[in-house]
Amino acid sequence: MVATLSVITLVSSALLGGVFALTKGPIEVAMTAKTNSAIASVSPKFDNDPSSQIIAVEYSGKSYKVYPAKLGDKIVGYAIESYASGFSGRISIMVGFSIEGTINSISVLSHSETPGLGDKIETSKSDFNVQFQGKNPQEFRMVVKKDGGDVDAITASTITSRAYCEAVTTAWEVFKLCVVQKEKQGGE
Amino acid sequence: MSKLALISRGIIKENPVFVLLLGMCPTLGTTTSAINGMGMGIATTFVLIMSNVAISSISGMIPNKVRIPSYIVVIASFVTILQLIMQAYTPGLYETLGLFIPLIVVNCIVLGRAEAFASKNGVIDSAVDGVGIGIGFTLSLTVLGAVRELLGSASIFGMKLINSDGMLVFVLAPGAFIALGYLLVIFNKLKSRTS
Repeated sequence: MVATLSVITLVSSALLGGVFALTKGPIEVAMTAKTNSAIASVSPKFDNDPSSQIIAVEYSGKSYKVYPAKLGDKIVGYAIESYASGFSGRISIMVGFSIEGTINSISVLSHSETPGLGDKIETSKSDFNVQFQGKNPQEFRMVVKKDGGDVDAITASTITSRAYCEAVTTAWEVFKLCVVQKEKQGGE
Repeated sequence: MSKLALISRGIIKENPVFVLLLGMCPTLGTTTSAINGMGMGIATTFVLIMSNVAISSISGMIPNKVRIPSYIVVIASFVTILQLIMQAYTPGLYETLGLFIPLIVVNCIVLGRAEAFASKNGVIDSAVDGVGIGIGFTLSLTVLGAVRELLGSASIFGMKLINSDGMLVFVLAPGAFIALGYLLVIFNKLKSRTS
């Protein structure tokens, strides 16, 4: 009895180990491809490989991933991975900034908002995303209109919209830290 | 029973969703669109066939007392294999189905077929039974997904039919129950008429 069960579990785990070893590479490739396509869709034109040059930036106790987009040797922008708590779980976004600080574009990486309501943050579902494009957060107040800002919230999804704005604001703060770091390095 | 009868039994007479009402958790949870339902169905079919074959070939060696744990280990292994493969080669589908893939382990149909059919029948018959039940499950989930997508987002297989948002309730959880209920009625009406 014990022997049979042991043999079955042993064979199963050996099989799983084999499959894990075989799929490990492709899984990593698939994940990098996803990050790369998100970076490419938000950043200004670049010719380097941003996902191999990740900078980790600390902001209010949390670490954020920043992908520098370079054309030649010059940094032309940053893609910043940011997140906030939405209506039902974490909303992860990738915000692309040009080096002057304007938002190039934003792509939603993952979320679990209500289908048909909160999921309008996806570019394919509504134009909510588009209103951030080409805006500079210095003059564009990234708070929903209800709270005195400039952002048109998604109807019936104010909590989602607020969380989204929070994530973009975080990305903006991280961006400012990046610029400060870069100027320090440039001065040395 | 002939192989063809085995397959058609899985699709009509013992349709897992509309007749046996097994595996309701993935049925209700993943059918927000036709393509999601189909993906879930195909994933479950894979696990069904593999676990049916494995279990029918080793069932003679398993003592009665550790039957269920052994079946669960076999099923869980195939689900994990499937999960790794999907993550590697179909990351898009893997992300949409998300938590429901590991939950195939506890899908009543898979263990139900192992216990009720595969443990008592030969390898080939068990494989055919897996195919039949799998097709039945996939078709049911695709139909349910298509109905919910059509009513809820006015599109089918991702193609927009009319430029409207549709009735949101059908994409959300209550719509799953409503659509399933009506489909059950229609399926059983048609079934009773033919038999």
